[in-house]
Amino acid sequence: MGIANSVVEAVRTEMGRHPGTYPCRVGLRVGEMAAIDEDALRFCFEAIIHQTDLEPLELGIEVCPRRHRCEGCGREFVVRDYDFCCPQCASLETTCISGDELELAYLEVEEYGASTAGTKSTQ
Amino acid sequence: MERVPLERKVLNENDRIAADLRARFQETGTLCLNLISSPGSGKTSLLERTLEILPQEDRVAVLTGDIQTENDANRLKRFHFPVKQITTGGTCHLDARMIERHLADWNIGDLDLLLIENVGNLVCPASYDLGEAAKIVVLSVTEGEDKPLKYPSIFFKSDLLVLSKIDLLPYVPFDINAAADNARKVHPGMEIVRVSCLTGNGLDEWMTWLEQRRGAHKWLVRETVS
Repeated sequence: MGIANSVVEAVRTEMGRHPGTYPCRVGLRVGEMAAIDEDALRFCFEAIIHQTDLEPLELGIEVCPRRHRCEGCGREFVVRDYDFCCPQCASLETTCISGDELELAYLEVEEYGASTAGTKSTQ
Repeated sequence: MERVPLERKVLNENDRIAADLRARFQETGTLCLNLISSPGSGKTSLLERTLEILPQEDRVAVLTGDIQTENDANRLKRFHFPVKQITTGGTCHLDARMIERHLADWNIGDLDLLLIENVGNLVCPASYDLGEAAKIVVLSVTEGEDKPLKYPSIFFKSDLLVLSKIDLLPYVPFDINAAADNARKVHPGMEIVRVSCLTGNGLDEWMTWLEQRRGAHKWLVRETVS
């Protein structure tokens, strides 16, 4: 709930920079190691924006896999089933470089009156 | 339709406060540790035994988080170190702002060691940086040995795994080596200690880890300052 709240606050802050528009979709990047349950996050997000001026804001979630870099040959690879072995040189000396992201990637905004859906107006 | 790139962390406000706290701890040479576990894994018991062992003249304080009640703070106050309860009123984790607020009337410069006991939860506390030097995850032998695989984030982000309640091992079907293997699957090279707060078994290993961390931190601070 705290994380969903932070996302909604970030949307509101960002909207201050885009007068005359409304937000349609906010995109997140969530690492598979970030301890975020996608369904729980969506549930909280929907609950927070329910019956507010932000509805029907969509939440886009891109799940990012855990990636390691081999210390020996420099190869970067996606880790599956906790197999940290480098697929190129079989070294076990590999370091985690991503997979715990919890980032705001983008916000899609639409000008009032431009939408064909007609769900928003300036009134 | 316009797509505006945001490219920032969701918790950037929390991270900003945490970075500020970390800088203050660095300046004062305070080692801050964040203890995380499921409810009932024995964080408070581990702190009780730790405060009991630490010399009274040590400059140590504890912040302990729970959703409700002052019970943990009352348990820990018996050892005459400064202890403060953080009651979150429903929030399932501590955040950096709570730490900042509860430290406001303590002089951090008077502390060498600040122990933070997070709210019992293996999920959300992993996402919130509190400005700590290290996270410590506690896993009791009455839980499943596959916990590190089910909740990888906290095991990945913690420097130390404390396997607690080992006095119960003869009575529960818990494979302690499998638990350690699972933790190291998620976090290769993770340090692990095995303790029983009831019998005192393994506490020396935990205290050695703590003292080493305190020593290394002092050295690090001295190097940074000089």
